[in-house]
Amino acid sequence: MEYGLFTSIIHAIVIASTPLVFAGLGALIQERAGVLNLGIEGLMIVGALAGFASALAGYPLIVSVFVAAFAGSALASIFALLVLRLYANPVATGLALTLFGLGLSALAGSQYVGQAAPQVAEWIIPGLNHIPVIGRAFFSHDPLVYLSIVMAGTMWWFLTKSRAGLILRAVGENHSSAHSLGFSVIGIRFLAILTGGALAGIGGAYLTLVQTPLFVEGMTAGRGWIALALVVFASWRPFRVIAGAYLFGGVSIVQLHGQALGISIAAQWLSMLPYLVTICALVIIASRVKGENSAPGSLGITFKESK
Amino acid sequence: MNINKIICRFVGLCLTALIALPAVADKTKVGFVYVGPVADAGWTYEHDQGRLAVEKKYGDKVETVFVESVSEGPDAERVIAQMAADGANVVFTTSFGYMNPTLKVAKQFPNVKFEHATGYKRADNVATYSSRFYEGRHVLGLIAGKMTKTNTIGYIASFPIPEVVRGINAAYLAAKSVNPAVKFKVIWVSTWFDPGKEADAAKALIDQGADILMQHTDSAAPMKIAEERGIYAFGQASDQAAYGPNAQLTAIIDDWAPYYVRRVGDVINGSWASTDTWGGFDTGMVALAPYGKAVPAEVKKMADEARKAITEGRLHAFTGPVNKQDGTPWLKAGETADDGTLLGMNFYVEGIEGSLP
Amino acid sequence: MIFVEARAVTRWYHEWIAVLIALLLTVATASALLASLGLDPVSSLHRIFIRPLTSVYGVSELLAKATPLITIGVALALGFRAGVWNIGAEGQLVMGGLCGGAVALAFWGIDGFWVMPLVLLGGTLGGLVWGAIPAFLKVRFNANEILVSLMLTYVAILLLSVMVHGPLRDPEGFNFPESRLFHDAATLPKLFSAGRGHIGFIFAILFAVLGTWVVKYWHLGFEMRVTGLSTSAARFAGYSRDRTVWMALLIGGAVSGFAGVVEVTGNIGQLVPNISPSYGFTAIIVAFLARLHPLAVIPAGLLVALSYLAGEAAQLSLGVPAATTQVFQGLLLFFLLGTSLLVNYRIRLGRVV
Repeated sequence: MEYGLFTSIIHAIVIASTPLVFAGLGALIQERAGVLNLGIEGLMIVGALAGFASALAGYPLIVSVFVAAFAGSALASIFALLVLRLYANPVATGLALTLFGLGLSALAGSQYVGQAAPQVAEWIIPGLNHIPVIGRAFFSHDPLVYLSIVMAGTMWWFLTKSRAGLILRAVGENHSSAHSLGFSVIGIRFLAILTGGALAGIGGAYLTLVQTPLFVEGMTAGRGWIALALVVFASWRPFRVIAGAYLFGGVSIVQLHGQALGISIAAQWLSMLPYLVTICALVIIASRVKGENSAPGSLGITFKESK
Repeated sequence: MNINKIICRFVGLCLTALIALPAVADKTKVGFVYVGPVADAGWTYEHDQGRLAVEKKYGDKVETVFVESVSEGPDAERVIAQMAADGANVVFTTSFGYMNPTLKVAKQFPNVKFEHATGYKRADNVATYSSRFYEGRHVLGLIAGKMTKTNTIGYIASFPIPEVVRGINAAYLAAKSVNPAVKFKVIWVSTWFDPGKEADAAKALIDQGADILMQHTDSAAPMKIAEERGIYAFGQASDQAAYGPNAQLTAIIDDWAPYYVRRVGDVINGSWASTDTWGGFDTGMVALAPYGKAVPAEVKKMADEARKAITEGRLHAFTGPVNKQDGTPWLKAGETADDGTLLGMNFYVEGIEGSLP
Repeated sequence: MIFVEARAVTRWYHEWIAVLIALLLTVATASALLASLGLDPVSSLHRIFIRPLTSVYGVSELLAKATPLITIGVALALGFRAGVWNIGAEGQLVMGGLCGGAVALAFWGIDGFWVMPLVLLGGTLGGLVWGAIPAFLKVRFNANEILVSLMLTYVAILLLSVMVHGPLRDPEGFNFPESRLFHDAATLPKLFSAGRGHIGFIFAILFAVLGTWVVKYWHLGFEMRVTGLSTSAARFAGYSRDRTVWMALLIGGAVSGFAGVVEVTGNIGQLVPNISPSYGFTAIIVAFLARLHPLAVIPAGLLVALSYLAGEAAQLSLGVPAATTQVFQGLLLFFLLGTSLLVNYRIRLGRVV
């Protein structure tokens, strides 16, 4: 190869982690608004199918990303309706959403099996890509990788610097107080769910457009669950979602390379590593910073408007 | 129409449903239990192609039913039994994990015939069948050995079961026979189906110098990655040229149609008996996809000759001298492996690096 | 406009009306879809939902399928009431199956009345340990139990895979990844002559009753619920958050582990790489469908189990793909969850009063 192995590994890690970054951010924005949505897996797979179908139909990448985001939002709106307006239990509704999304995508997606999407071109960042080692590893990727970082930055700015973000956090921390201050708890949560659905949809689409890139039913293979865990890992902070995703993706990729280099440990043990490392990292972080990493106060609690 | 009327109508509908009776069919009913979705473009897809071949061949004389995505755990027994209870005359259970459930159900339904794929337990009404995919792997190994520039073949494996180990050994021995410098790098992904992880493994192998990929997992993701990276790969279970028009050198195709058509015919005319079928090129159960554009004429010729020799019984993929990985002798010069050892193969042959998980 | 207002009094039949409406909505949607596929809705629905229940065999299989869902559902209902998010019941179930199965294999061929209890104990302990890890990490290091219990699920599944591909493999099994078949002394007795319904279902019912008792009369149940509702109230009352975390996860782990060993010894009869089609996750739905009431977990578990059986029946007799049945399961759950609103609220048409 023209690049060193180390560079190639980092490059692969970035790609393997990007779906987790998008989906993790999608879960995060909802959870900061107090909504626990366990349906990320279902949102991802529907986005994966929608984005893939759009790319196959010949639309450019940007359109496919929007289609995937829209599909994710559309499915998420079912969740929003049930949880916000009909006061359905969010945990069970999220799980039902996963079932529904997996079934729906399998049903609609069977016609796309055996087809391949066009390759997504890399956007090489001029100048930066000539930096030795990291130039190739970080600055010659498809546009969605950069988008994922920009999204995390935007979300960080939104949550910490903007007034709207402050309101969203207030709703997540204590919805009764936010309500009595005159904010529309339902409205804000609805928007958060739609945004989260869109991001999870893009995360799924990244799989079918860049990482794999093909569509088969059930291909998210549990990534929605990992994304949910990463939000906890990140203690509900956007940039830490990137850190968590890259850690998880990193260990996953490195163990594959370790095998190819001839490490003699049963593969199942190595496959456990990403999960174990994430747990260990969480324990180290959580035991150091007491208190500040707790979940939003109203997370998963149904808000009922009292008249 | 008001709400009450609608509700009345549906309650009525439910009540009628309670007493309605199903129709009885007098055709030969053939059941299939699939481990994956029909649309998996691999293992289950090919079994379903076999089912369709049965329908096409016997037309009105048969009725086929199937249940897809039946997990190999506790659900299998129920689905198999339900098929038998629903009047199936013969049930094909198409994954190894269905072995004991199939036998249990067979005991309860002595008049129904069962056919279990890739297992080793039989009964009066349970036959087993499998394919000698390793014969196909031998040909793949020859092509790979000839065509690799980096002398590194990447192999994406699922779980260390004999079937997979056999495939790695067969491919390696064949590649080594035409290219003594060849090396195999094996990654076990510990899953049969995770396109993302399979793609990651493919990239890892390519980054470590592999220029030809083989796989024993169920998705076409590695083929697609090979296409993008401009290297070569072999399709698994199905022809995957759609995913890798330039990359696919050939593919092992599991062609279950000849077997299914024959066995269902036996059921129809009453000559079915419990047998153990392990068919290779000779029975048509293992087939190869058309060679890719990149395969040079002399390699094609060599591959075709090997295939012919295997079909005619002149060549065995495991012919001595072969040592096990630790150097202990396994096959003496000219000796061929017996089916028992092959069936339970749990060791690498000499020359493969790394250890079996 | 449609308005929702809280009921002044909630009566027992409101629950049933809500469930009935949800079922009717599902039947209506299913009928419409079946009709659009050119199938007769009446006979099709009969084949899917009713026929599986018209034989002893069918009922027996339904109970077998519902057993782990109810068992785990009860344990999760207790834990969720306490606000402890044990998402990893699946892993605890797998560890239960693995450890219990390992005990059964260790005593393979040895008869004795004590073998079965030992096997069950082994499985329960396996699940208990797997539940204790997130509890310990939460109490000692403040590590969130959602992440730890979920990640441990994947670890447990891989651990089972290592074991059945290696040490616990059937010595006469040609190196295939399956254990020996358990001998009779390590197999749970059946309930009926047909099907696989086993006495594990009786245990499940007992758990549900016991769970109800814990919630209603035992002080611990009250303590857990208070801690779940409000941390500050609990602190005021002198209840320990740590104790609640421990209890919730230990109960969840032990009972899920028990469900796992019951599944392998009652239903499967050996260790295989996949012992659970996501029972541990489905049980979360069951627990919430029952609105975390242990007794209500029984009908909820039976209903969800029936939806799986119906899905297979639909594939078999109507030839619809598995994905369709998955979509319908999702819809059924949406309807059930959405109409739960009607229990505590009533819908008014017209203008605001």
